[in-house]
Amino acid sequence: MDGFARLLDTFFNAEVAARYWPEILAGVWITIGVGIAVTVTGLTIGLGLAILRAKQWAWLAVPIVAFADIMRALPPLIVIIVFFFAFPLIGISMSAFTATWLSLSLVLAAYAEESLWGAILSLPRGQSEAARSTGLTWWQTMSAVILPQALRLALPPLTNRVIAVSKNVALGSVVALSEVLNNAQSATSTAGNPTPLTMAAAAYLAIFIPAMVLARRMENRMQWRV
Amino acid sequence: MSASPLLELVGLRKAYGSLEVLRGVDLTVHAGEMVCVVGPSGSGKSSMLRCCNRLEEPTGGRIVVKGADITGAGVDINAVRQKIGMVFQQFNLYPHLTALGNVTLALRKVQGKSAAEAGALGLAALKRVGLADKAQVYPGQLSGGQQQRVAIARAIVLQPKLMLFDEPTSALDPETVGEVLKAMRELRDSGMTMLVVTHEMGFAREAADRVIFMDGGAIVEQGPPHEIFGAPKHERTRAFLTRYTSWA
Repeated sequence: MDGFARLLDTFFNAEVAARYWPEILAGVWITIGVGIAVTVTGLTIGLGLAILRAKQWAWLAVPIVAFADIMRALPPLIVIIVFFFAFPLIGISMSAFTATWLSLSLVLAAYAEESLWGAILSLPRGQSEAARSTGLTWWQTMSAVILPQALRLALPPLTNRVIAVSKNVALGSVVALSEVLNNAQSATSTAGNPTPLTMAAAAYLAIFIPAMVLARRMENRMQWRV
Repeated sequence: MSASPLLELVGLRKAYGSLEVLRGVDLTVHAGEMVCVVGPSGSGKSSMLRCCNRLEEPTGGRIVVKGADITGAGVDINAVRQKIGMVFQQFNLYPHLTALGNVTLALRKVQGKSAAEAGALGLAALKRVGLADKAQVYPGQLSGGQQQRVAIARAIVLQPKLMLFDEPTSALDPETVGEVLKAMRELRDSGMTMLVVTHEMGFAREAADRVIFMDGGAIVEQGPPHEIFGAPKHERTRAFLTRYTSWA
């Protein structure tokens, strides 16, 4: 067997692929599900924190900044491990799904809060002054004038971060979440052949390339007016 | 002039820390009057104007609108602000909304008007400033003068009793200043009460009922334009006007 045939046999083994694709596919659904759940909760929490921070109450700004800094400084893997392995010791147990979803949501929330807060700060002060001068309340000004512009400004960093954090669903493999990578790894050891890893790679491309295309389209569509 | 003034500033003070920008301003504006405020940069003109709808919180004194003190704690400032329109130096149009969207936002959000009703009122306001054909255009596609006229429409659509103008032509290209001043003149002719901070001495001289000269956070002198520009009583007014008219 020459080198190329060996490469095919090792990483692109059709027989192994045929045997293990249902497990990879099952992992794909988990990855997509957790990814979407993380995106929804992470962005919602991040948006909420940015709005609260815009209230400029010092007692609230300090914990928000601390949260954002800590969550951005820690490797997400450590956050997942703490939730899954350390929290049961103080009586809080959770499934691998919950631990992964919660950890990544908080990490995404921290980044989203920082991006949105930066965008809110970058808007000219005259925007809210104009709105307030016509009798809009603080909240009406925030929701109708500030946030629509801030979300547009923050869209590129947000979509980047959503993709980066969703990809980290793979870290759930350390707590035995049966997502793509975890299933591929167990299939690889059972089969004694790394073809399932190749399949996992293909699955990631199949999930995230369309996500990136979608993100780029959203950015382009949001840009033309301003 | 009728008995009770529309706007009365009584001993108005504003300080940022130890920096006093308003040192006791007393000013009365009657209904239908157009008052222009002139003075050097840093004289407190804009701060005074911005206190009138409490975009700046005064640190002392009273602001009385139609007989009611609006500086008290129990005042619904959002209700008051709907009766006091404001036009800014930098226009401050909302870039994500069309001209009509800018004009109708407060009608819809604050007054709860339907889209159709707000749209009709908004179009009428845009028509008054000569921009009915730009209703669906975004601010980024309008010239500075057009943007400022949309900003005027955004304020007058709420049918305010008083309009505040904060250097409305200072950020404009010279060729578009005229169209904004024309819109302001028409507003004045319709009977609107206006308090205008401006560097347009020609406009103040020709359009104002009264001119206020401010310096150092206080009103130095005030009177009809022909007196202030023709025969100023104070040395500081004279010095300012000489400086301004020599290169204006």
